[in-house]
Amino acid sequence: METIIFYILAAIIILFAVASVTSRKILRAVIYLLFVLIGIAGLYFLVDYNFLAAIQLTVYGGGIIVLFIFAVLLIHHVELELEKTALKKKLIAGALSAAGLAVTLWAISTYPFPVTDTYTSIEVADIGLLLLSYEDGGFILPFEVISVLLVAVMIGAIVIAKGKKLTENN
Amino acid sequence: MIAGISIYDILTLTSILFFIGVYGFFTRENLITVLMSVELILNASAVNFVLINTYLYPDLLQGAVFSIFIIALAAAETALAIAIIINLYKLIYSVEVKDTETMKY
Repeated sequence: METIIFYILAAIIILFAVASVTSRKILRAVIYLLFVLIGIAGLYFLVDYNFLAAIQLTVYGGGIIVLFIFAVLLIHHVELELEKTALKKKLIAGALSAAGLAVTLWAISTYPFPVTDTYTSIEVADIGLLLLSYEDGGFILPFEVISVLLVAVMIGAIVIAKGKKLTENN
Repeated sequence: MIAGISIYDILTLTSILFFIGVYGFFTRENLITVLMSVELILNASAVNFVLINTYLYPDLLQGAVFSIFIIALAAAETALAIAIIINLYKLIYSVEVKDTETMKY
């Protein structure tokens, strides 16, 4: 059962990822990206990381996609079609990506991963305790740094997006 | 871990997702769609962290924590990049990659 669900999710993720990078209607590309992100949340549910799946759905599906849609609506006409990419560029990019994929898959398939058979379920409380622990291997410092970073980004985004129009200067 | 699925299948899936993102990064000519390709790449690496944690070290949580940090950084990066793109559109009325020649005016 889980095997079938995994393959369905994999098919959804890959199909919509391809659609997302090739679609010429920009709003549709954003919605395809949303489907990819939801498929990845399904993958997290499949390995029992419910907290991460919830984060994926709220932050990506709820936050980032809405940001993208706002940006698209602010900048483009909804029906606008993107310029066609030149075939030569597509071929070069495709060849480079395929070569990179081949090297990566070769490296993965030849590396003997020491897979364990034990299974422990993940509690949200464990993640929270690890994030706030200041003992050996605790993550309190990165956690605080991320908080400061988020504040800095918020202020920076406000300041940058306010910007001046070029016509006022010259 | 997922019954009946080896770690190689999952790493193959995330590698394909990663290189679809790379392909989009190369071919797209609009800043927003380039940013979407970057999201694909970041997501593929976040999934890798979680799944390697689950398959190789099921009693540790480091992979999940790193994945959370990646998601937070991706959100911050997207917010900042979209602010820059909107500002750029106000300045030059275009978000095509070929039109963005100067970063400072």
